[in-house]
Amino acid sequence: MSTFDKVADIISETCDIPRDTITQDSHAINDLEIDSLDFLDIAFAIDKAFGIKLPLEQWTQEVNDGKATTDQYFVLKNLSARIDELVAAKGA
Amino acid sequence: MRLEYFQLVTRFTGLEADKRRIRSVCEVPLKSTVFEGHFPGYPLMPGVMLIECMAQTCGWLVSGVTGFVGLPVLAGVKDAKIRAAVFPGDTLEFEAWIVHEGSGYTIGEAKGTSKGQPICNAQLTYRIVPYPSPEFRGKLREWAAQVQFPLEEFAH
Repeated sequence: MSTFDKVADIISETCDIPRDTITQDSHAINDLEIDSLDFLDIAFAIDKAFGIKLPLEQWTQEVNDGKATTDQYFVLKNLSARIDELVAAKGA
Repeated sequence: MRLEYFQLVTRFTGLEADKRRIRSVCEVPLKSTVFEGHFPGYPLMPGVMLIECMAQTCGWLVSGVTGFVGLPVLAGVKDAKIRAAVFPGDTLEFEAWIVHEGSGYTIGEAKGTSKGQPICNAQLTYRIVPYPSPEFRGKLREWAAQVQFPLEEFAH
């Protein structure tokens, strides 16, 4: 199962969103309307599933500082890529 | 325990060596205005206050584990169960532990017992938010001494 499929399944189960409406280009906040509290549940599930720690504080700071856009972290194909990077870094 | 002030932990009584599990005692007072309304003629500890006992016990632990960098604000309560009635004068024992330390949030679990019998349990989610002021952090550390929280064990 791909990282995206795992993430999409987590989002679907955690937020009760139909799985078939979640795509690689879905924006977790803007398209799927996941709020920050629900995203904590998703982050917990992702952390557990992949054995990583999503750097949410760092991402939030970068967005607030204008150094990154929410698309970079919350469009699901990008989120999946970030997860793959964190998993790779853990194994390095 | 000072019910009207929402200060529910009487004292902390133990910390595991890995510092990720803590125990507290919450002594329910014999008299409180809370019991005048809940219920007239039948004083019963409100279930939400048992949840708060768990949340405060675990919240102090989260503060310690995260190095008192911010205030753990209760953001979620899952699978909460109130298993038995609690009355004025009861002595309650709570145990809380860290399940996951995320980025800006922490998940814990807690349970309460009275006379060895389970009374409640829940999973708790905390957001770690900045202290409103440096003075607030200082007051929290003063409060830690009052409830015998083992602050020195979490020295960073």
